[in-house]
Amino acid sequence: MAGKTLYDKLWDAHLVRSDENGSDLLYIDRQLIHEVTSPQAFAGLRMNHRLPRRAGANLAVADHNIPTKDREKGIEDPVSALQIQTLGDNCDEFKIPYIPMEDARQGIVHVVGPEQGATLPGMTIVCGDSHTATHGALGALAFGIGTSEVEHVLATQCLVQKKMKNMLIQVDGKLEKWVTAKDVVLTIIAKIGTAGGTGYTIEFAGQVISAMSIEERMTVCNMAIEAGARAGLIAVDQKTIDYMKDKPFAPKNEDWKLAESYWNTLTSDTSASFDKKIILNGSDIQPQVTWGTSPELSLNIHDKIPRKNPEYLNALTYMGLNESTSISDYLLDKIFIGSCTNSRIEDLRDAAQIVKGKKVASTIKLAMVVPGSGLVKKQAEAEGLDRVFKDAGFEWRDPGCSMCLAMNADRLAPGERCASTSNRNFEGRQGQGGRTHLVSPVMAAAAAINGYFVDVREIV
Amino acid sequence: MKKVSIINGIVAPLDRSNVDTDAIIPKQFLKSIKRSGFGPNLFDEWRYLDHGEPGMDCSNRPLNKDFVLNQKQFENTKILLTRSNFGCGSSREHAPWAIVDYGFRAILASSYADIFYNNCFKNGLLPIILSEEIIEELFTLSSDQLSISLEIDLEKQIIQDSNNFKISFEIDSYRKYCLVNGLDEIGQTLKYESAISIFESSHKEKYPWLFKEIKI
Ligand code: SF4
Repeated sequence: MAGKTLYDKLWDAHLVRSDENGSDLLYIDRQLIHEVTSPQAFAGLRMNHRLPRRAGANLAVADHNIPTKDREKGIEDPVSALQIQTLGDNCDEFKIPYIPMEDARQGIVHVVGPEQGATLPGMTIVCGDSHTATHGALGALAFGIGTSEVEHVLATQCLVQKKMKNMLIQVDGKLEKWVTAKDVVLTIIAKIGTAGGTGYTIEFAGQVISAMSIEERMTVCNMAIEAGARAGLIAVDQKTIDYMKDKPFAPKNEDWKLAESYWNTLTSDTSASFDKKIILNGSDIQPQVTWGTSPELSLNIHDKIPRKNPEYLNALTYMGLNESTSISDYLLDKIFIGSCTNSRIEDLRDAAQIVKGKKVASTIKLAMVVPGSGLVKKQAEAEGLDRVFKDAGFEWRDPGCSMCLAMNADRLAPGERCASTSNRNFEGRQGQGGRTHLVSPVMAAAAAINGYFVDVREIV
Repeated sequence: MKKVSIINGIVAPLDRSNVDTDAIIPKQFLKSIKRSGFGPNLFDEWRYLDHGEPGMDCSNRPLNKDFVLNQKQFENTKILLTRSNFGCGSSREHAPWAIVDYGFRAILASSYADIFYNNCFKNGLLPIILSEEIIEELFTLSSDQLSISLEIDLEKQIIQDSNNFKISFEIDSYRKYCLVNGLDEIGQTLKYESAISIFESSHKEKYPWLFKEIKI
């Protein structure tokens, strides 16, 4: 008999019941909640006189809308303020654990979850946010849901789901120095396309993935959704277990021992079969820069911007780029290091290494670092990384989603060009008319120093 | 939820692939804590020439005359025709809310992003998947005429016009059942309360650490 994939195992362990027509009722262990996609879910509960089934299985934190500076002054935009207030009020009313804005643990929901041990290997994890895929790096089945489903999970601790197919993406070999997890995932998306993973859960494996830290694995799984897959997964190994140790909400004592032995089973069986398999070689992967308005439109730093075929016309026009030119020919206006893709301590350490002792180019209007959580910020400050950034001319901000989606005050003006460590380069994503190039933290740091994109390997 | 059976209406052709949720409803409108009122801001950046912010009176804003929804012949459209990977990007349910609030009842595309696709059904919006050839044919039909009207019969799973166009489509039976009967999915799941409780106890026995409540 064929063995099971990790996805099969996680699915089976959470299957409450199956319907004849192939839709399953899946038990959800953890729900993460933020201010943007939850108010209507709580309103729905209220309207139908329902209560959360397990209030304590949820964790709420505000991140999307939150200001990244002058927090003590409160939230200026009344609409944002109301949304955040509403989250706090709803959590009070329904007894949902909530990390408030003033708490040092506040941050981007996908950074906070693993950091607090609120998300664990083997769990089913959902959140009204597509980048929930991030938590798959811990060997958990984690995926984004809509607001009706947020309400559904609150009320029933379950979701009606159809099982996806299994895809394996194997990255063999070794990465060159300064080629990062971000470059790996951008290369994968460029290869399979933004819909390449639609209908699949992707398991990432291979020597390159095994060699990655948990933080790097989160960067890869985070962008599974940009390849169309709702969930990305990475098998549990000793690194995963070491990472979980001593996290505040991770199991303790007897529970830890039980959990550890269970977590060790969370790998795909060698005899498991995948519906689709893709193999890449790590040594072929080069630093990536996206040039278009979809994450799949990415190129190796030394490649030329592709020729205008009709399909690319919209993107090239929007991005203000000419065919067959080099991406280094264009001056950048802003630099954003942050987002749930690349705002963890390692990302900041890497970027700081590039920046150290240098200055942001005078043509850059704003370079900012937005740590993923208050604890990341504290840790970075303890290591003196904030000084490195500030001395170079970066702004050092408070944690939140910030210019990843520009719902707060941090955004691009029309036409501004930005090197961003976030995950989406859609039209208007970072502000109407703004032009986003997705890159790794070290590529963003190198771009800040030069004022335009360069191959980070050539300046270190 | 309203029952969905037959949808009759004008088709608005939006000739693009990879239409993302931020194009459907830009993020500034996500600050609302309501689930209605998003219709005037559907496709905001394509539809208007100025920059939209919540609270603006959209009836006074300058329109982009080239955009399909601003063309006379597509007024009162109920069916959106588009291309592949529609609704990619964020999980925001504000996207289907805006589409429904505008007046659409069905979408025809060759593929959808998974989360968006799911979200449609929770809001009585019918996302139909058709082959690229048929989508192409519908685009051709729409460009040849001022506008086309279609009738979508969900129960029979058939789409037709008043001439010779007639095709069938596939849809998951559980989703169809919920749409046709206007069922609230949460109510449906709550029927399995005892199955959930039984599962929960055995889950707790196997993985006790998952049941520790989070305390801030
Ligand atoms: S950082 Fe960006 S992608 Fe991540 S949760 Fe926030 S808005 Fe979404």
